[in-house]
Amino acid sequence: MNVALSIARKDLQIEWRTRMLVARVVPFALLVMVLFAVALDSEPLVLRAAAGLVWLAMLFSTMLVVQRAFDIETADAAIDTLLACAVHPARVFFGKALALFVQLFALVVVLVTAAIVLYGVTVSGSRVVLLVTVVISATSGLALVGTLYGAVVANMNGRDSLLPLLALPVLAPLLIGASRATEAAFGSQTIDMANGWAWVGLLGVYGIVFGAAGSAAFSPLTESDS
Amino acid sequence: MHAATAAVPDAAARTGTRTTRVIGVLALATTAFVVVSAFFLTPADSVQGDSVRIMYAHVPTAWVAYLAFITTAVASGFSLARRHRTLGFDRVAGASGEVGVLFMAMTLLTGSLWGRLTWGTFWQWDPRLTTTLFLFITYVGYLAVRRIDTDPRQRARRSAVIALLAVLEIPLVHFSVVLWRSLHQEASVLSPDGDVRLDDLMLFTLFAGVAAFTLIFAWLVIHRQRLTALADIRQTVGLDAAIALRRSETSGVVK
Amino acid sequence: MTNSVASDTTIHLSNVVVALGGFPALAGVTFGVGRGELVALRGANGTGKSTLLRLCAGLVPLTRGAAVVAGIDLLVNRVAVRPHVGLLGHRNGLYGDLTAKQNVQFVADLVGATASDVSSALERLGIDQRVASTQASLLSAGQRRRTALAALVVRRAQLWLLDEPHAGLDAAARRELDVILRDATASGATVLYTTHEIDQVVGTPRTITLDGGCVASDVASTIGSAR
Repeated sequence: MNVALSIARKDLQIEWRTRMLVARVVPFALLVMVLFAVALDSEPLVLRAAAGLVWLAMLFSTMLVVQRAFDIETADAAIDTLLACAVHPARVFFGKALALFVQLFALVVVLVTAAIVLYGVTVSGSRVVLLVTVVISATSGLALVGTLYGAVVANMNGRDSLLPLLALPVLAPLLIGASRATEAAFGSQTIDMANGWAWVGLLGVYGIVFGAAGSAAFSPLTESDS
Repeated sequence: MHAATAAVPDAAARTGTRTTRVIGVLALATTAFVVVSAFFLTPADSVQGDSVRIMYAHVPTAWVAYLAFITTAVASGFSLARRHRTLGFDRVAGASGEVGVLFMAMTLLTGSLWGRLTWGTFWQWDPRLTTTLFLFITYVGYLAVRRIDTDPRQRARRSAVIALLAVLEIPLVHFSVVLWRSLHQEASVLSPDGDVRLDDLMLFTLFAGVAAFTLIFAWLVIHRQRLTALADIRQTVGLDAAIALRRSETSGVVK
Repeated sequence: MTNSVASDTTIHLSNVVVALGGFPALAGVTFGVGRGELVALRGANGTGKSTLLRLCAGLVPLTRGAAVVAGIDLLVNRVAVRPHVGLLGHRNGLYGDLTAKQNVQFVADLVGATASDVSSALERLGIDQRVASTQASLLSAGQRRRTALAALVVRRAQLWLLDEPHAGLDAAARRELDVILRDATASGATVLYTTHEIDQVVGTPRTITLDGGCVASDVASTIGSAR
C-alpha cells in the first residue's frame, strides 16, 4: 500500500508544481457553469437543473484531468520506470486514482460553491450530510473510472477524442445517480431525501464495481508489447 | 525452449467449408419464410394495424445485438485468459463486435420507426431502447480502439479489457435508467410490443425470425474472422521472406 | 527459472528473431554476455540495436529463438526479468516537473530503498546539491542522463541496458559517463550499451556489431587498439 501512496504523492507533487488544476481546469469548469446559465437563459430552469449541471461540468473536467494524469507518464516514458520496478499494477491503479480523487474533490467543492453563488442553490441542515456523502461517493467513482479509461487510451493516437467516447457512456449511471442525489440535497420538489440516499447506494455499488474492475484490468493494460 | 511461429490453423482461414454453406443455406431459407410470413401470412394487429409487422425485424435484431455483445465479451475473456490462443479469440471478438454494431443500429432504427408509427414519436426514453443506445455507442468506441492499435497483441488486450468492462457497464446503465424513468411515473406501456396479442402463427414467425437472424449473425461472424485470419497468415508467411530480406540488408561485413 | 546455461552468464541469446508488426527487427541474433562485462553494441541506425535492448529488458516479445536473461527465460515470463534490468532508452523515464532528487527519491520509494541510498546514488553519479534540486525538464541532457542512471543505481539493477547513452553529450561528459560505466561493472553490474559511433568504443573491452538484424562481428579488444 505504501507504493500506492508514493505514486499518489508523486502525482500530487507534480500537480502542486505545475498548478494545472488551479490554473486551467477550475477556470474551465467555472466557465462551463456560466455558459450553461447563458444557454438556458432562465433562472428558475437553471436552479432546477443545478445538480445535473454541476455533475456535467465535473464529467467534462474529469476528462481534462485524466488526460493530464497519463500524459505525464508517457511524456518521457516514466511509466517504464514503474514497470521496471515491478510495481503491482493494482497499486499503480489505486495510487493514481487516489491522486485523481484529491484533485477532483477540490474541483467539486469549487463547483458546488459556484452553484450556490451563481444559480441560487441553498443547502442546509440534514441536507448537508447527504450532499457531502454524494460528493465523496460520486467523486470516488469518477476517479476510479477516469483512471481506468485513462490507462486504456494512454499512448494511443487520438486519445483526446477517444477518452470521452469510451468513458462518458460508462459514467452515465454515475451522472444519473449523482445528479438525482444532489437534487435531493439541494431540496428539489421531485426527489425526497430517502430517494436521495437510495441513489447514494447506487453510487456506492458503482464505485465498488469499478474499483475491483480497475485493479484487475490494470495488469493486462500496462503490459507493454512494443 | 524455442518460440514457435504463430500458427494459424488453416481451418480458420478457409473461406467456404461445409459448415458455413449449411448455415448459409439455412439462413436464406428461414429468412425467406419469415419475410413471406411477416408480410402475407400473419394477421395485422387489432390496435396497431400493419405497423406491427416491424416487430418481426425489431425483436430478432435486438436479440442478435445482445447475442453479439455476449459473444464479444466471452471471446474477449478467453482471449485474455488463454495466452496461446489470444489472437484466435480476439478475431472472433472483433468480428462479433463489427457485426453486432450493425445489428444494434438496426435495432435502434426499427425500434424508432415502430415507435413513430405507433405512438407518433421517434424516441422514448424507455430502459430497453436507451440501454441499446448506450450499447451501440460503447461498441462504436470498441471498434474505434481496434482500428487504432497496430500491434495485434496490444490491440487484443486493449479491446478485450474494454469489452469486459462493457459487461459491467451495460447492466449498470440499464438499472440506473430503469430507476431514473421510474421517477417520472410514465404510462406503464413503454414499448410497442408490450400489448401486442400474439397468435400461434405470429409467435412461430417471431421465433423463426430470431433463428434466421442468429444464423445470419453466425455466418457473418465466421466469415469476418476468416478475413482477419487470412491477414494474419499473410503476415506470418511474409515473415520468412521479410527475415531473408532483412539479413540481406548487411553492408557486406563478414559474419 | 533454472536454465542449462552457466550461472555467471547474464545474457544468453540463440537465433533470436523479434518481429514487430510483421517486420523482423532482429533476424537471428546469437551471443552471450557474462556477469560484470562491459559490452558495446555497435551498428548503423536501423540495425536492431534498440530492439535488442528492449528484448533483454523484457519489453518486447520473442518471436522465434531462445533468450535467457539474468537466469530468466524470456519466452516463459519476460515480465519477471524487469526488476533485474535497468533500461535507459532515448527517453529518460523522468518526470519533467519534479527535481532530480525527487525523481530518484520516487524510484527509491517504489523499491523500498532508503534516503541514504538516494544520497549515495546521487553522489556516485556526480549530481551535486544544485542539480539535485533543479526541475528535471530544466537540466542538460547529460544531467538528465545521470539522474536516470542514479535511479538505476538505487534500484540495484544487475544488468544495465543503455541505448545511446553518449548521444547529445560533450566530450567531457562522455568521459565522465565512461568512468561511471566502468565503476558500475567494477561493483558487479553488467553493462551493455549501444552506439553508432565507431570512436566511442575505444577502451571498451568487447564490441558486438549488428548488421541486418544479426550479429556481424563480436570482438574483444585489447587496450590500445583503435577498433
